[in-house]
Amino acid sequence: MSEETKKPAGKKKFELDPRLAEYRGIWVFIEHERGTVHTVSWELLGEARKLADKLGVQVAGVVMGAPGEDTRRFCQEAFYHGADHCYLMEDLLLKDYRNQPYTKGMTDLVNAYKPEILLLGATTLGRDLAGSVATTLLTGLTADCTELNIDVEIRSLLATRPTFGGSLLCTIQTLNYRPQMATIRPRVMAMPKRDTSRSGGITEHKLSMIETDIITKVLEFIPDENTNKVNLEYADIIVSGGKGLKKQENFQLIWDLAKVLGAEIGATRPVVQSGWVEAVRQVGQTGKTVRPKLYIAVGISGAIQHRVGMDASDVIIAINSDPNAPIFDFATYGIVGNAMTILPALTEAFRKELSARNAEAVAA
Amino acid sequence: MIHIVVCIKQVPDSAQIRVHPVTNTIMRQGVPAIINPYDLYALEEALRIKDKFGGFVTVITMGPPQAENALRKALSFGADDAILVTDRAFAGADTLATSFALASAIRQIEKGMPVDLVFCGKQTIDGDTAQVGPGIAKRLNLELLTYISSIVSVNTEKKEIVVQRRSEGGVQVLKTRLPSLVTMLEGSNEMRFATMPNMIRAARTTVKRWDRVAAGIEDISKIGLKGSPTVVSKVFAPSPKTVKAEIIQTNSGEADEMAATLLMKMFTKFPHVREQLEKSAA
Repeated sequence: MSEETKKPAGKKKFELDPRLAEYRGIWVFIEHERGTVHTVSWELLGEARKLADKLGVQVAGVVMGAPGEDTRRFCQEAFYHGADHCYLMEDLLLKDYRNQPYTKGMTDLVNAYKPEILLLGATTLGRDLAGSVATTLLTGLTADCTELNIDVEIRSLLATRPTFGGSLLCTIQTLNYRPQMATIRPRVMAMPKRDTSRSGGITEHKLSMIETDIITKVLEFIPDENTNKVNLEYADIIVSGGKGLKKQENFQLIWDLAKVLGAEIGATRPVVQSGWVEAVRQVGQTGKTVRPKLYIAVGISGAIQHRVGMDASDVIIAINSDPNAPIFDFATYGIVGNAMTILPALTEAFRKELSARNAEAVAA
Repeated sequence: MIHIVVCIKQVPDSAQIRVHPVTNTIMRQGVPAIINPYDLYALEEALRIKDKFGGFVTVITMGPPQAENALRKALSFGADDAILVTDRAFAGADTLATSFALASAIRQIEKGMPVDLVFCGKQTIDGDTAQVGPGIAKRLNLELLTYISSIVSVNTEKKEIVVQRRSEGGVQVLKTRLPSLVTMLEGSNEMRFATMPNMIRAARTTVKRWDRVAAGIEDISKIGLKGSPTVVSKVFAPSPKTVKAEIIQTNSGEADEMAATLLMKMFTKFPHVREQLEKSAA
């Protein structure tokens, strides 16, 4: 936990323990719930593909679940998204996620087939599982990464993550332990192209456990209500407001613009802390990471804590009264001025432009 | 009578942290140290269980000598006993080595009084790993319950607990046996105020200090830098983007003229944004 007090790895020549050399290949845990794979798993397969090509090894997906739960279809999809192979563990005990059987299954798979790198999404499930698996295997785990790379010479995963609230980044390595484990934030890695010409082999492995071995029981699952659901992470257009809007009432201008654009609403941490919008709308280090096609930042200074959550957006428009605000250092377009007059003008300009286009489309 | 151990960490208040612009190091001077905010939800939940069933709450932390202040604060909220696990040999510990040391210390606590529940925060605000809780649970063979939004019931006779656990698409209601380890989600409760009698008691209570040996650790290869599989190979500031924003300026400086200019420029250079907008707005 006190990573910052540690000494750097040092420059002396590193040699991998020969007993660990048999660990080969990169695995991605394919996370699914109620028949749907979490998108982060595909993002990780795309990233794993790049890393594996540097190492000259295979990418494998790990699919665990109950028989008949679309698990084979998930393997197929894993191939389409970059996997060469899949490890499949089917058992009724794996129907709902529970720490104990999933930890047992994953550690058994690792011990049997020995991957050098194991990646999981930094979701509630992924972080619960990764922490348990790493402790059971007594290996290193880097949490919530935003960037991965490989030191090819020593076959070492370079896992980079924000630290101290995003003000610094640190790169962490797991040298003489295998597998090298990391959880990666959703929406940080790009989604790979789905290629249906790809295929691969499946290795099945049994879970060596029976229900009476498992102490925790799932009594019920209460799905989130879909009404009013905020899906910021996967929004294509986001309009976000910061404390530069000064008053909660002024935040209405953000909603007005978002309505015209069909956009999601985002906010900075101070805005959420003041209760102007719900916590699920927070973008940044302690909130969501987003990568929309268009991000409009209004009254947001662009502090690093916010920036880390949104600077992968395709186009960023920044509106701020302070010409020296850091947001102008990385936005695509900037307007310096009072948000209270610029926002209505921008809303109107978009409305005209988009309705003209839609009218043309109808006429054609 | 239920015995609960709450693991806390003293952290720098991240809202006040600054990075030195030249050396890229954390400027800790003058940054106040606080109890990791997520741990307060864990402590409050433990105190509520104690209020309901009667019991004993032990707070424990691993850290430098000044982490004693965090423990004293926890005592003032109502914890009964406090243990500071502190030893130079722990320096440089990653999450694996930290969970080893804390698990070992909790085993020592158990020798005095069996432990029914261990509470941790969801994660810390400085490390943000969420790995130490699961690590302790695995090492002590406790049932692991992470991201808990609510404790539904505790049955002290049957030694059972029912909780609500946040998962990606909803809430799992889980039933398991004690002893278990719970990591509490933020917003699950609100920390009580310290009462005057508790504040006085906190000031008078001796915080126990355990070094490596007192914490039951013989093998120093499992703790500190030696016991940590991970190494930090580089710490750096995020690279500034070299391309700055194109600032939209017009002759009149009128808002509507600037808005129109912006749209024209953007749609010419990024036609895919226009396509997306036409889809989203429709």
